[in-house]
Amino acid sequence: MSNNTLLETSIDPMIPQPFAVADIKEETHDTFTLILKPQNGQKELPFKPGQFNMLYVFGAGEVPISISGSPGEPQVTVHTIRSVGTVTKALRNLKAGDTVGLRGPFGSSWPVDKVKGKDVVIVTGGIGLAPLRPAIYEILRQRKQIGKFVLLYGARTPEDILYIDEIGKWRSQFDLQVRVTVDKADENWLGTVGVVTILIPKARFDPANTIAMICGPEIMMHFTVKELLQLGMKESDIFISMERNMKCAIGFCGHCQYGPNFICKDGAVFPYSHVKNLFRVREI
Amino acid sequence: MEKIKELLAAHPFFKGLSDAQLNVLAGCGSNVHFKKGETIIKEGQDANNFYVIRKGVAALDIHGGHRGDIRIQTIEQGEIIGWSWLIPPHKWTFNAHAIEEVTATALDGACLRKKCEADHELGYELLKRFSTVLAKRLEWTRIQLLDIYGTS
Repeated sequence: MSNNTLLETSIDPMIPQPFAVADIKEETHDTFTLILKPQNGQKELPFKPGQFNMLYVFGAGEVPISISGSPGEPQVTVHTIRSVGTVTKALRNLKAGDTVGLRGPFGSSWPVDKVKGKDVVIVTGGIGLAPLRPAIYEILRQRKQIGKFVLLYGARTPEDILYIDEIGKWRSQFDLQVRVTVDKADENWLGTVGVVTILIPKARFDPANTIAMICGPEIMMHFTVKELLQLGMKESDIFISMERNMKCAIGFCGHCQYGPNFICKDGAVFPYSHVKNLFRVREI
Repeated sequence: MEKIKELLAAHPFFKGLSDAQLNVLAGCGSNVHFKKGETIIKEGQDANNFYVIRKGVAALDIHGGHRGDIRIQTIEQGEIIGWSWLIPPHKWTFNAHAIEEVTATALDGACLRKKCEADHELGYELLKRFSTVLAKRLEWTRIQLLDIYGTS
């Protein structure tokens, strides 16, 4: 895990920097990808897989959004967003050339520096694939140095599958096990139907020598962790991404407090061993 | 029969059964093959068998009236289809068909019930395995019902 990279620079982490919308891509009926370029004279915005930015739509508000682009291409900042609230709907209405405010990158990162010599299992559901895409890019970049690489993805319906073309491309790679399942489908869908956890026993990897990265709704992560532990994985080798209401993004305001942690500063990515006593506690 | 016994022994569902128990089960078994699109079980019909999937993928569907056929789950290699042979009134509650060519071993339900009545140890071993499958599928169905990726 890492600390906030922004705090290591001279940029005031509370002041949004202007970024121009370079492109907007429709992903599914309720998700889109926003491609941003800096307007403040910065050439690029380096980040680590798993980190997030605060995106500010002038007059509407600010939201935390995970970075979903490639760490190898920091000259563009990519965010895949689900259009569900006031600010995300305002983001959806932006056009190429419009300006947004951006603070970041913030937060911890996926353990892509710990995967050498190990198998890697990524289990994700819904929009949870977006925060993991930078990690997938990074792992693919160091593919020869890792063992088996498994990507298990669950979506609500076939129409909700994110990055469908890219998944197809990954699927065609002989050294990557990619399985996709949907919760609901009609008779025209010829793929797997069922929750994402059903894919875990079907994947081939060595639980004793695996790093797992999980991102999705909390209940999905709960059952995924349970399944991985049953296979014999260590709690410290399982990483999850927690979600709470983040406002300041630098651990001052307390909105995202999670027991002794602040999700924005100490997370959002945590080793399961670090948060297991908080995980699924109703009051937190 | 020896061949069926070997096939059952290699399937995860029967892992841990004794040689003698596998011999008994193999006596109720036959190998079957379903082409893509072919019906394996049909809702309301007698549940005469259960199927040990060795190759291919099958889909479990229920007919939803005007909503058409709703796919509930897919079952593949290493899994099983059907527990209605075990539970009265021994009628299928869902439909299943092959969405890819399916190779399976069918175990005759009436034959199995008879053997389990005569050998409670075998019956208990099978019941433990079916309970595990039932509990897992119940858990998965509950998660599906939560519609965890929905916005509400």
